[in-house]
Amino acid sequence: MPKAIKSITNPKLSINILSDEEVLQIHQATLHTIESVGVRFPSQKALSLWREFGAQVDPGTQIVKVNSDIIESALKNAPPAYVLGARTREQACPLDGNHVFLATDGCGVEVIDINTGKRRPSCLQDVADIARVADGTEEIGFHWVALSAQDKPAETRGLHEIRAVWQNSTKHIQTESIYSEAEAHVAVEMASAVAGSAQALREQPVLSIMQCTASPLGQDGGSIEAALIAAEAGIPIGFMTMTANLTTGPATLAGNLVVGNAEVLTALALIQLAYPGVPIFYAAAQTASDLRTGAYTGGGPEDFLYGAATNRLANFYNVPLSMGAFATGAKEPNWQAGLENSLSAFMACVSMSDMLLGAGFLHGSRIWSYAQMMLDCEIFSIIHKMMAGIEVNDETLALDTIASAGPGGNFLTQAHTLKHMRELFLPKFMDRRPYNTWEEKGDDARTWALDRARQTLENHFPEPLDPKLDAALEEMILGLEGNTEHTQRA
Amino acid sequence: MNQAHFEKMSQSIVNGDPVLATSLAQNALDMGIDPLDAITQGFVVGVDLVGAAFSKGDAYLPELVMAGEAMKAAVAVLEPEMHRRGTERKTLGKIVLATVEGDIHEIGKSLVGTMLSAAGFEVFDLGVNVSTAKIIEKSKEVKADIIGLSALLTTTMVKQKEVINSLINAGLRSAVKVMVGGAPVTREWVEQIQADGYSEDAIGAVDIARQLVGLS
Repeated sequence: MPKAIKSITNPKLSINILSDEEVLQIHQATLHTIESVGVRFPSQKALSLWREFGAQVDPGTQIVKVNSDIIESALKNAPPAYVLGARTREQACPLDGNHVFLATDGCGVEVIDINTGKRRPSCLQDVADIARVADGTEEIGFHWVALSAQDKPAETRGLHEIRAVWQNSTKHIQTESIYSEAEAHVAVEMASAVAGSAQALREQPVLSIMQCTASPLGQDGGSIEAALIAAEAGIPIGFMTMTANLTTGPATLAGNLVVGNAEVLTALALIQLAYPGVPIFYAAAQTASDLRTGAYTGGGPEDFLYGAATNRLANFYNVPLSMGAFATGAKEPNWQAGLENSLSAFMACVSMSDMLLGAGFLHGSRIWSYAQMMLDCEIFSIIHKMMAGIEVNDETLALDTIASAGPGGNFLTQAHTLKHMRELFLPKFMDRRPYNTWEEKGDDARTWALDRARQTLENHFPEPLDPKLDAALEEMILGLEGNTEHTQRA
Repeated sequence: MNQAHFEKMSQSIVNGDPVLATSLAQNALDMGIDPLDAITQGFVVGVDLVGAAFSKGDAYLPELVMAGEAMKAAVAVLEPEMHRRGTERKTLGKIVLATVEGDIHEIGKSLVGTMLSAAGFEVFDLGVNVSTAKIIEKSKEVKADIIGLSALLTTTMVKQKEVINSLINAGLRSAVKVMVGGAPVTREWVEQIQADGYSEDAIGAVDIARQLVGLS
């Protein structure tokens, strides 16, 4: 039985982070930036498309300046809602503005080994194991490829990774590791095979692709070209900006939003101009660089504000949002991790970001921790409960029950209690034990979270891929590896 | 007279003002001040002041970078005259810096470059997406003490290894130290590819470079 997916829906909480006028100001500042400063597209294919669509292209600097009506009319073609397909229909994730789905985070390079507890470089087996544990949770709605399969060739690594996730989970995959046209062609072929046909892939895209921009005000050429290939096949495509105050963006929050917005909008507009109506999404993981070192922080009040503000922007453009949350800078699951991940996830959820990335990382999305993953799932569950808010009606006001218990009575024995008690949240990883028990056992949430991950890895086996399909996927990857080797020799 | 001028030079660095630093350097030349004195008694004093404030936690990274940029501007004005006089600013060593082939991430690498040159290294920044052959060629040409290699992607990180292997094949490995950086770079990776040093941030990179040329 595939796991039912827990998603936030019909929220009772909301937040007012930017007024309509402020959103409009950011929008206009963005259009002005795109028109007067421009964005770099280091790809001949992208540049010639831009030329064709009427943008001003400088072939030397590869900077594209686009008139605001071109951007605005292009974005109007984007579908406001669509579905992220899954190998099993009931696990599809509707991106309709009324759901928040949690994913794992990616793409790190190290893992705290689930057995030895030692930190080590990541490999393909880690991708497979994490996918299976994630499949076994109700909180994780879809996958990001968590770790880089560093034991596979760089040119096809992203393909090995998505195959490993499909082998170990029936849920949707959003990969952030397809960097070239050649790889994108094979990814499309693989996704069509998993979906059943090219048409089925359009209806139930079992794969979506997230590409990073190259901040400030730039794109990665290979990623843009890969995105165009995937868009042609109807695979949902998103672009993530990670502009950081001080280094890749201005020190001010609004200015940083403008820079990131210009990157995402130009990339999304290009996709819509090339393939009008294909599913696209906004993605962001903006932050502030550390004042002392310039390092990526992966947390702090700026991140939390971006989490909510970006969804306002994505709503304004009427496209779904894939929002980078969690991603603590902490080195182990501790106070900082709990604080940063709770607040960042809350801000992204309360604004109803459609896709919420990403559970499981330490040290700013670099080191995978199974314990942290499980703790992040619990954070999501707590927010899920909070977002349902307080229901007020005759039944919940409980007047008869209050009368029946009366002054000095208790509510434990009331029928109303039995009926509603399961609506209360029961944590998996909070320590509510007597002090003495804690003192004797000496364990805590981290121990329990890790145990839970180990049990899942031991006991949870989702429906495997059809062996013929799996062999076909392998053939496709090997085909590209053969070609690459050939080109390298030539 | 000169002392007041030197103080202004120092202050232009503290303020991170490359325009002022440039004009003060030009004034110094017009006044016949030895360019080497302008650097050591004027501009470098400012760099040291900002460095000290940073160490105490009173200054932040942007102030350090702007001081470095102002310093670079001043040196660019003074350098031709130093060459003409046959004097030379004593540098801590020569560093060839590049983001490896296939990778276009510039900012971290440039930040490291600025910090290194402010600290007194001579930096040859080759930019981004630089081929292994080009890096080695430049390093041979300038007789670099250190090669600094940046990579931000797990897929391009392997190029750091390629550069080291090429150095070995060319018989140059013992002649030059290699330091690496970038988000995915870890101590284990550095050990695996047998690089000589790495740092997770630009400040640390200066310490590593100093160690690699035998300074503390």
